Amino acid sequence: MNILDRPLDPSYILQKKRSLKRQLSAAPGLVPKKIALLSGSTIGEIKNSLEILLLANGIQPTFWEGEYSRFYEDLVYDNGVLKEFAPDFVYIHISQRNIRQWPLAGEEEASVEAKLATEIGHFTRAAQAALALGCPVILNNFDLPVWRAMGNKEGTDISGRVYFARRLNLALAELARTTPNLYLNDLCYLQARYGMEAFSDQTAWYAYKYCCAIDCIPYLAQSVANIIKSLLGRNKKALALDLDNTLWGGVVGDDGPEGIVMGSESPTGMAYSEFQEYLKQLARVGVLLNVDSKNEAANAEAGLARPDCLLKKEDFLCFKANWEPKDQNLAAMAKELNILPDSFVFVDDNPAEREIVRRQLPMVAVPELGAPEEYIAALDRAGYFEVTTLSADDKKRSEMYRQNAQRAQAEGSFESYEDYLKSLEMIGEFGAFDPPHAERITQLINKTNQFNLTTRRYTPAEVEALMEDESHITLYGRLIDKFGDNGITAALIACQEGEEARIELWIMSCRVFKRQLEYAMFDRLVEACRQRGIKRLRGDYYPTAKNLLMKDFYATIGFEKIAEDEAGNREYLFEIPGDYQPKCGVMEIRLV
Amino acid sequence: MDKQSIFEAVQQIFRDNFDDEELEITRETCADDIEDWDSLEQINLLTAMEKKFGLKFKLEDVRGLSNVGDLLDLIERLTA
Repeated sequence: MNILDRPLDPSYILQKKRSLKRQLSAAPGLVPKKIALLSGSTIGEIKNSLEILLLANGIQPTFWEGEYSRFYEDLVYDNGVLKEFAPDFVYIHISQRNIRQWPLAGEEEASVEAKLATEIGHFTRAAQAALALGCPVILNNFDLPVWRAMGNKEGTDISGRVYFARRLNLALAELARTTPNLYLNDLCYLQARYGMEAFSDQTAWYAYKYCCAIDCIPYLAQSVANIIKSLLGRNKKALALDLDNTLWGGVVGDDGPEGIVMGSESPTGMAYSEFQEYLKQLARVGVLLNVDSKNEAANAEAGLARPDCLLKKEDFLCFKANWEPKDQNLAAMAKELNILPDSFVFVDDNPAEREIVRRQLPMVAVPELGAPEEYIAALDRAGYFEVTTLSADDKKRSEMYRQNAQRAQAEGSFESYEDYLKSLEMIGEFGAFDPPHAERITQLINKTNQFNLTTRRYTPAEVEALMEDESHITLYGRLIDKFGDNGITAALIACQEGEEARIELWIMSCRVFKRQLEYAMFDRLVEACRQRGIKRLRGDYYPTAKNLLMKDFYATIGFEKIAEDEAGNREYLFEIPGDYQPKCGVMEIRLV
Repeated sequence: MDKQSIFEAVQQIFRDNFDDEELEITRETCADDIEDWDSLEQINLLTAMEKKFGLKFKLEDVRGLSNVGDLLDLIERLTA
């Protein structure tokens, strides 16, 4: 049972953690990551739950645990121990229990302001010390205090403790928004979601110094794990949505478009409409919407065409309304969009359909659904699409995939593929890594799996360091054509050693396969090598489950294989000829 | 609940928690007898018992519990 596809069962996770760990650790392809846990209060069970939630997301953690409640000292006065651990992520587990100077009821303004500044400074310094380790830092904000001597006035008076906590939270939100690599884990929201009575259990604090009830720890762990897996590019990318009783109430084939239930006329209608609104919001942050429905296409379209239907046919990339098995539709969609099936979330009210997809495509996420008023929660609580970076590319993602569909259609009308490519009027824009594009480049590096020769991942700090490093050649590539801008979809990093350079990273988004962008990039690399007096290029290929298509890529561009081991790791060599001829002749090249 | 049912439920909790279906406990079993049973693990055992028996332990209840016998007596007292 995939613990992520049902509402999290905290008792199950707490009680069965050892056997869960055993099972989940046996999965192939786990990505090892080092996590430093800094303590503001007891972190023992938090570590255990976080381990389970990370394993469920395909990440194998090794933990460093700070001393009880010594997050500030461990970070700010690190004697090298944390540096040596070299974490991939830092989680600072603080809570309202770590606010040292609360205002006193009736305290005067100047004094309260001083306390606020001191507290903000304290946590800011801790966060900055963590950021100096060069990895993403996850910081809790503050849960609200459990008692209010002044009652409601605590929320408005300058000396109110609720007002103070809220102002601290606003300051932390500002800090996270303006500080690269710093991410907020919204503990305050968790407390609200589970309710103060359930979350802020006094026994758990007095007896064991846990900042929340033991039962809430798995939810907290899920929240932190969602941020980590998002940063590692492990978000889902697409939804495959049923229509009848999923986007609207009733069956459009039987009830007709007028008879199906949505809109403001009924409670159930409102539930479906809010679900549609939620899906639209997901699309705005780059999630791809697709229809997978057992219907005559005309009926499905009629349902979507209803004026009060918030989702229109154009909002969907792939539209499969037919009588084929839904898992086959999903597999076909994945092919059309050029993404792997494991990037999908399948949403269907029918348990039989869910079961078929689970069995046929076990890598697809299939959340359990209850009543329509619970659909949003089923998706929202799982955190399939946790947003950590929001680039311009994310917001335009649907549009870009739609343009790809247009390109695919145009392809049909040409004699030769080369003519078709030329007709696209492509422009390949290339430049060295630079600050304005660092976020998108880092995102691309961490989530590209197929056209990825070494599957080497880089943190934002490492990408930044490369920009200053003379010994490295960095290139990003953007592909524009007459249908639109595909965005930054390729990147390359090579390390120079005298007359040789080794390609350490070469990636390209599947969105722009078969356009010769990789040839254009190679031409750029050869040019850059010429300018630096580099005569030879070395490239490595490390096979993974997802990049097998790249096995012979280097050979196809003229490299010679010089080594291969039993695991299939290969090394290639390219002697740059004096009369090197550019390989790409189908696009205009622009250098930035 | 009768003593035997309480014992069996508690033994199952121990078995789930320590991932050992063969684990046998007695009234005298204490933290020294089970390698992973430390103070942090104690909290999990107590939480599982609260869930199983529909209880909410007070601060006084969880003090001075030194062996399985103490746990069984506590549950018996609170479920009487």
